[in-house]
Amino acid sequence: MIKQHTSTIDYNDKVIDIHDVYKSFGTLEVLKGVDLQLFKGENLVVLGRSGTGKSVLIKLISGLLMPDQGTINVLGEQVDELDVKELQKLRLRIGFSFQSSALYDSMTIRENLEFPLVRNKRHLKRAEIDESVENVLEAVGLSQTINQMPSELSGGQRKRIGIARTLILQPDIMLYDEPTAGLDPITCIDINNLINEVQQQYKTSSIIITHDLACAKTVGDRIVMLLDGRFERQGNFDEIFDTDDARVKPFHDYNFID
Amino acid sequence: MALDKIKRMFIELANIARFVGRFFKELFNPPFEFKEIIRQCYEVGWKSLPLISLTGFVVGFVFTNQSRPSLQEFGATSWLPALISIAIIRALAPLVTALISAGKVGSNIGAELGSMNVTEQIDAMEVSGTNPFKFLVVSRVIATTFMIPILTFYSAFVGLLGGFLNINQNENTSFLSYFYEVFDAVDFLDLFAMGFRSIIFGFTIGIVGCYQGYHSSKGTEGVGRAANWSVVMSMFLIFVEELLIVQILQGLRV
Repeated sequence: MIKQHTSTIDYNDKVIDIHDVYKSFGTLEVLKGVDLQLFKGENLVVLGRSGTGKSVLIKLISGLLMPDQGTINVLGEQVDELDVKELQKLRLRIGFSFQSSALYDSMTIRENLEFPLVRNKRHLKRAEIDESVENVLEAVGLSQTINQMPSELSGGQRKRIGIARTLILQPDIMLYDEPTAGLDPITCIDINNLINEVQQQYKTSSIIITHDLACAKTVGDRIVMLLDGRFERQGNFDEIFDTDDARVKPFHDYNFID
Repeated sequence: MALDKIKRMFIELANIARFVGRFFKELFNPPFEFKEIIRQCYEVGWKSLPLISLTGFVVGFVFTNQSRPSLQEFGATSWLPALISIAIIRALAPLVTALISAGKVGSNIGAELGSMNVTEQIDAMEVSGTNPFKFLVVSRVIATTFMIPILTFYSAFVGLLGGFLNINQNENTSFLSYFYEVFDAVDFLDLFAMGFRSIIFGFTIGIVGCYQGYHSSKGTEGVGRAANWSVVMSMFLIFVEELLIVQILQGLRV
């Protein structure tokens, strides 16, 4: 069942502020002057076709890539001006859920979840680590998988564990890269509900990268659409698709075939 | 076209130099990943033992067998232990162990890091506030640098045992007199050189495997290429290093 989504957004507090960002790979210009703000408590959905630079955008936010031009301000810090240690510290406040889940194959689920905790909060005792692991597993509804290997899990379970691994550090911002890609419709609903639950329970602000309109409709407080390297449309779900733009309309029609 | 290739080669060399530089910088920077280093030592050392045992033994046994006829012509089979000792300790043990390890360990490291790169596991480490270079690269290079010398000494011992079995079968030489002859033929410099060159070989195998895996191109083809190039490049460098070390040692002996 699709659960109702409610957010408490503070429009005076920008947790992410991106201004005039350009990014190219060789001769391929991906982002051409992107401006974007994420407000505290908001779920922002970034829509766009494959290869339009949606994932590049969140990699820029987390400092995995650096912009060619422009500024990226995250939680008051300018990402491209931070040194390695400062960036590492900032990343603890940003959760990144990868499209491929990116679970460590050679580790059990417990070890996967402990990994960021053990390395970043070295003062924690064994009992406290165990408690944190059990709590996040319970939050994603997969307590029974604690001693399993990632290869033993389904795609949806892997996504959930990937989200749990980011939650263990209790981030302020969540970045979801195609959270429902490759999943069946029922599992997609579960993941969408989980994104909303995470926002409610952990008070996160989130950017959700997707081309799944059901996901966008379920989780998004605001939707922006990346077209030709720029955000050309933004608003709620109905506002975004209230257009005859040939680049936007097929997107809607394909997702909601009567 | 040719100019482009040369340019690309120099860029690659600069990247490798930066990678090696980063390794030494991270090596002395806390926190240290002791648990992962021990796990990698187990992977590199313990899991290579069966293969190293087999190749070491076969090399010693076969080399002894093949050397006998030449010495027999001069009635000098009593020199066999000395010949085997010099051949195994000065050349065969370090070289064979390094080549076998380049194939087994180097390709394993290249493929493992390559697939971690492809499936975004390295990025996942980075965004979770962990230094993936320290966790993945430093631990593996330390493990190969420590374990390959140990494997080399072990391989030399097993090779000498193989030689002994062959000699014992044919010449009825006793265990004690065989090993007396073996150690009489080599000096400290030989043992030191064996250890030194296997440290260099171990470092080469680790750093090349990690470099190839860490910088593999995306996709399954990239993983295969990373594994393949880890072996090819390690073997090439091992031969070059062997050549240089032999020249230096010749100089020291004179």
